[in-house]
Amino acid sequence: MAATASIAGSDLGAGRVWRERLGRWLPQIVLTPSLIATFVYVFIFTIWTLYISLSDSSLLPSYKFVGFEHYVGLWHNRRWNIAYTNLFLFGGLYVIGAMAFGLFLAVLIDQRVKGESIWRTIYLYPLAVSFVVTGTVWGWLFNPTSGIEHFVHDLGWLGFKFDWITDRDMAIYTVVITGIWQASGFAMALFLAGLRSVDQDLIKAAQIDGASVWRIYFRIIFPAIRPIFIAVLVVLLQFAIKTFDLVQALTRGGPGIATTMPAIYVYDLIFQRGQIAEGAAAAIMILVALLFVLVPYGLYQRWRTRRETARG
Amino acid sequence: MASVAAYDPLATSGSWRRTQAKLLVYIPLAIFAGYYLLPFVIVILNSFRNNEEIFQNGLISLPTSFDITPWFTAWNKFCVGGTCEGIAPNFYNSLKMTIPATIISTAIGAINGYVLSKWRFRGSEFLFGAMTLGVFMPGQMVLLPWAFILGNLGLTNTIAGLVLIHTVQGISFTTLFCRNYYVNIPDDLIKAARIDGAGFWRIFNRIILPLSPPILIVTVIWQFTGIWNDFLYGVIFSSGRGQPITAALIALSANGTTVREYNIMSSAVIIGALPPLLIYFFGGRYFIRGLTQGAIK
Repeated sequence: MAATASIAGSDLGAGRVWRERLGRWLPQIVLTPSLIATFVYVFIFTIWTLYISLSDSSLLPSYKFVGFEHYVGLWHNRRWNIAYTNLFLFGGLYVIGAMAFGLFLAVLIDQRVKGESIWRTIYLYPLAVSFVVTGTVWGWLFNPTSGIEHFVHDLGWLGFKFDWITDRDMAIYTVVITGIWQASGFAMALFLAGLRSVDQDLIKAAQIDGASVWRIYFRIIFPAIRPIFIAVLVVLLQFAIKTFDLVQALTRGGPGIATTMPAIYVYDLIFQRGQIAEGAAAAIMILVALLFVLVPYGLYQRWRTRRETARG
Repeated sequence: MASVAAYDPLATSGSWRRTQAKLLVYIPLAIFAGYYLLPFVIVILNSFRNNEEIFQNGLISLPTSFDITPWFTAWNKFCVGGTCEGIAPNFYNSLKMTIPATIISTAIGAINGYVLSKWRFRGSEFLFGAMTLGVFMPGQMVLLPWAFILGNLGLTNTIAGLVLIHTVQGISFTTLFCRNYYVNIPDDLIKAARIDGAGFWRIFNRIILPLSPPILIVTVIWQFTGIWNDFLYGVIFSSGRGQPITAALIALSANGTTVREYNIMSSAVIIGALPPLLIYFFGGRYFIRGLTQGAIK
């Protein structure tokens, strides 16, 4: 290619040479703006936020270095402690709940049910709905004076109480219920795709050996789709760590500060209270939490591809 | 489908056992369907009830009144954050933000994906890996830098600013989607075209683009839904009438001073959820494909 280009160039003048040269670099040239944008977005933004978290910024960015003071402050802050305790509680229940529901539904749908696409559509539509809409509507349902409690009272059971959303200790569970509602269809879709990809010969062989359905699922199918379990787990953990809109719409972090999440606290610190440095420190902590999930996952993926190539 | 029959418990012999097994499958399916559909049905019913009736009977009850005025009020009369123009302006803001950002980020992603799969060069795999890191960036990490950049560009509180944010953030996703799709297009096609003298753009237009509709649909659906449903950037980088619909819905339900007008808010919520829902119902197949690809890759 290069040789023909230069020969053609010597014959037909400098303009042609330039065009040829440009042509050869065109792919890189086309890619460059995106590369710069993404590079700035991923690396410069991270470094910038990191630096701000180590500076004495308050209402406006300042570049005077003060070390880890804001991180220390953050970890001594009661609200931050509530936020990350909530993250663990919510994250744990949400991930387990969504995966359990999702797997259960996927197995049910996998039984050659009639109207499969209708069931699937019903379970998945919450995913197309924003967290804002989801949180707002569930907030109404949880509201004791208008929602589920009112409904049960009207049915005649007047002693019924369902006021979790106004109860400091229970409000976080309303976030869990709503979160599971939103995400379990997603888990179902991935699990179903996985169930359908399992080698049918394995299943047939087990059936010939007289294994029960239960046994086939637990001994053969689930182990075969372990990578899907891990992928779903990682995606849901990511969602949990980034949870913001859902809580903002459902409880606004309340009652009081009972359902604060790290992502909400960052927003409050930076944009409501003008404590930029501490907000940046909290944002960095969110990134660290994500890395705790994503780095092991990346290593696992590499291990898996390496093992597969080793096996041929 | 037929292969699934191999371990189908519904096929067990004996009609009673078969009915039992069927019940065991369909009853839980129906219960879950109730859990998923309940909020949707309630919101639709309430958007057609009048407010006195809602207050008397609660949100969850069969309607005894029928009223379509809540829809009109929600659309262009209801007061949100000081102005009484309904949520129509915010709906249009969302459109003005989502459509350009979706188109631009998808177009860029297609070209990037083409370069990174068919014009590989030394280090291009590494660059691809670095670009996909953007997929994982938490929004909170980039708020301060974006505030700084938008401020300096004079784009604070403009739709253009939000388009910029969503486009830059979207490039990682769209590039990932398109590259992983184009990788499966045989290289021989490209080589043959190059021998025939076709250049970079010609190959893209004549070979890659005609093969692209499936992945472009997936990417457009993914981007549109994500950008339309975004709340974080909308609430931070815009205000009042300039807000996208998600931020307006939150402002609307925060109007705590007056009596809660559930019927109007229900209509508003449906209007806000409608575009992604329509896309989901009409492009469901692609939606699911995008989901599985986006999640596992």
